[in-house]
Amino acid sequence: MGSITLEHVNKTFGGHPVIPDVSLEIEDGEFVVFVGPSGCGKSTLLRLIAGLEDTTSGAIKLDGVDVTDKGPAHRGLAMVFQSYALYPHMTVRQNIAFPLKMANIDKAIAEQKVADAARVLNLTDYLDRKPRALSGGQRQRVAIGRAIVRQPKAFLFDEPLSNLDAALRVNMRIEITELHQQLKTTMVYVTHDQVEAMTMANRIVVLNAGRVEQFGTPLELYKSPANRFVAGFIGSPKMNFLEGAAAGKYQAEAIGVRPEHVRISRDAGEWQGKVGVAEHLGSDTFLHVHVDGVGLQTVRTGGENDYHPGEQVWLSPEPGRIYRFDRAGQALR
Amino acid sequence: MARAVSTRRKLTMTILVWLVALIVFFPILYTIITSLKTEGEAAAGFSMIPSFTFESYAAVLDQQDYLRPFFNSVVISIGSTIVALLIAVPAAWAMAFTPTPKTRDVLMWMLSTKMMPAAGVLVPMYLIFLNTGLLDTLLGLSIILTLVNLPIVVWMLYTYFKEIPVDILEAARMDGATLGKELVYVLLPMAVPGIASTLLLNVILAWNEAFWTLRLSTDDAAPLTAFIASFSSPQGQFLAKLSAASVLAILPILLLGWFSQKQLVRGLTFGAVK
Amino acid sequence: MATKQSHRLARWMMAPSVFVLLIWMIVPLALTIWFAFQRYRLTNPNIKGFAGFANFEFFVTDPAFWPAIINTLLIVVGVLVITVGLGILLALMLDQPIWGQGIVRILMISPFFVMPPVAAVVWKHELMNPTWGVFAAVSRFFGQEPVNWLGNYPLLSIIVIVAWQWLPFATLILLTAMQSLSEEQKEAAEMDGANVFRRFWYIILPHLARAITVVILIQTIYLLGVYAEIQITTGGGPGFASTNLPFLIYNTGVLGGNIGAGAAGGLVAVVLANIVAIFLMRAVGRNLDA
Repeated sequence: MGSITLEHVNKTFGGHPVIPDVSLEIEDGEFVVFVGPSGCGKSTLLRLIAGLEDTTSGAIKLDGVDVTDKGPAHRGLAMVFQSYALYPHMTVRQNIAFPLKMANIDKAIAEQKVADAARVLNLTDYLDRKPRALSGGQRQRVAIGRAIVRQPKAFLFDEPLSNLDAALRVNMRIEITELHQQLKTTMVYVTHDQVEAMTMANRIVVLNAGRVEQFGTPLELYKSPANRFVAGFIGSPKMNFLEGAAAGKYQAEAIGVRPEHVRISRDAGEWQGKVGVAEHLGSDTFLHVHVDGVGLQTVRTGGENDYHPGEQVWLSPEPGRIYRFDRAGQALR
Repeated sequence: MARAVSTRRKLTMTILVWLVALIVFFPILYTIITSLKTEGEAAAGFSMIPSFTFESYAAVLDQQDYLRPFFNSVVISIGSTIVALLIAVPAAWAMAFTPTPKTRDVLMWMLSTKMMPAAGVLVPMYLIFLNTGLLDTLLGLSIILTLVNLPIVVWMLYTYFKEIPVDILEAARMDGATLGKELVYVLLPMAVPGIASTLLLNVILAWNEAFWTLRLSTDDAAPLTAFIASFSSPQGQFLAKLSAASVLAILPILLLGWFSQKQLVRGLTFGAVK
Repeated sequence: MATKQSHRLARWMMAPSVFVLLIWMIVPLALTIWFAFQRYRLTNPNIKGFAGFANFEFFVTDPAFWPAIINTLLIVVGVLVITVGLGILLALMLDQPIWGQGIVRILMISPFFVMPPVAAVVWKHELMNPTWGVFAAVSRFFGQEPVNWLGNYPLLSIIVIVAWQWLPFATLILLTAMQSLSEEQKEAAEMDGANVFRRFWYIILPHLARAITVVILIQTIYLLGVYAEIQITTGGGPGFASTNLPFLIYNTGVLGGNIGAGAAGGLVAVVLANIVAIFLMRAVGRNLDA
């Protein structure tokens, strides 16, 4: 069991509210991702759940039990750090066994658990090495192994993949998702990368300046963003925003169209512009078009096309794929 | 990476640097050479070739008046270092791992106590020692050396502790370690190298301290600094014996320093130079 | 960063160090101030009572007073100039690829481990002695009259001795700093067309600024208190030519038995050190933040 409830949690550092007021219900077995730009308070929120920081006010409950005043050692959670935070003076075996040793688990049982974890994580051959003799991906696995042996109520991940190179990041992303499917334990995962959020999460919490902007499934966030911030943050390449007359036509302060929902034509369309940079990815091409009186817009087109820089083109949004926002940035429906 | 350097240039630099290094080392080298001469040879003037006799060492070691200061130096330098570490480790730990906005001020204040000139407070310290019976005792000298070196010890430990990532301590807490276990299983093993370097440097500083040890000891507790200082005027045929005594006084520290020079230089800069 | 509980614990952990240093700072200083205004002779218990500023007058009008102040500052400045200047030069040399770097380092750092009294007796009796010393032998080799270093140039001789002790410290710290300068940065400067001297002036020297301030701060702390070297080599003479403040205070207060005047001198030394300290902490404090 591992449901996590935050009730009006507030955290203030030296007079500055980092988390003004957050309430969240994370259900048992969920994979929840906290995502947001740097400094949005996502790591602080995770550390509050972990007990590494005191809440200024509000309550944190695990399985309905108030743990706000309990230290991190007594909450029964496990955490994987961005820096991996392995104990440099211990072997891989000792690192993974450390939480069991702290819990005074019988040695034979502990050894068995370490061996099991090592097998799952492909670490069996490295058990007697020190962390410094491991690669980044292996260190990450040791950190995960240390977290899983004690069968915590929930796993907390603090940007665990940001120190890995791109290819490894994709692999580890899949491994962690698989691990979640096997263990079915609650996971709370912090990242600034919306791709990680979209691909891994059951539900995503989008944070901005310590506020929850939206809490929902990846597709909910993609299809019906609650506001302009979420709309701009989720999706890649970023959503195009248009203001002024272009938006007025749709009775909105601003409108947004995702690059994949813009049609391009040489002959006719809603907005006229000139092709700037073309990024060819093979499968797709991103065209950056300077639209007269509106600005730079991104268009996603098929991989093979012959638009070239400087060419005059017409753009038009797909009907029904236009997001409208009011003056405060809230979505109009 | 470094570029290819012509062998000729490397040879020239090698000769030049070795020459400079030997000049810097020369006073020590010459002392060692003189200590291996007979008194007659030593008094005869400059010569780099001794007769390799150990009679001066035998003469110095034979006299009780050498062994006693040597023993005193060992006791006060190690004693004061251990006491300073016992006081400083908790303080440095607290400042490194639970820093507050005032931590830096506290550290600077500690260092500023070293700016207080020893001579400025010599008079009252002399009287306090005189009246409490601490004058010319090993206990008194150990107390003074502890106080004098405490700020340096705190600073050095602080810089070493600061290099231990806070993440790792937090990981231990998440893994269920209580404060005591966190200390024993995680922090101490990681802090040992830093504590060891601090210990070494402080023993060296205490061994070589030559203001308070000269002024607050007269006879019974006089360490090697005072013993050597008593050679300030020539006493008959004494040059070889003086050299032998000098070598004996600096040798333990020289060896200790050679072993640990890299960490020492780093430690002494309080982490300000990497 | 941490929880309330750990902050409370932290205060208790710092308490012993802070307490001990606070006592160490306040008690001797308070006593020094007290004695400075008392008539107090070690040799004559009948002389006592409030002295007003008589002790200060006595100390400041001592013919050795101004020479002592000037000598104290000359020793600090002289040693700093020599050690930093030569230190940079030696660090630049040691930074070059050479054979036997490890042994050279060991040879270079050795003087730092030599206790001041040994340094003093070795330089006095074996190097600077005008009759059998090494320098005299060198002078004679070049057909010159041997120089009586400690007799004729006492302050300079002391500066040289002390500089010899501190040169390794300066050199190795500057070398450490120099080695942390990235090769890429040097190469970038070379690509930009900077010659050796410009590279030194615009790239290496600014990079060393922090190390130089550390060297200056730490050495100054010790150089203000140079004592053993003077007592052993010149005894402060001839006349007052090599008397510095610590030496004068000891002579007045303890040897001369005039506790009051010695304490007054101590206060002068405290004021002098504070002037230097304020000046230094301003310049260096920022750089020390680890």
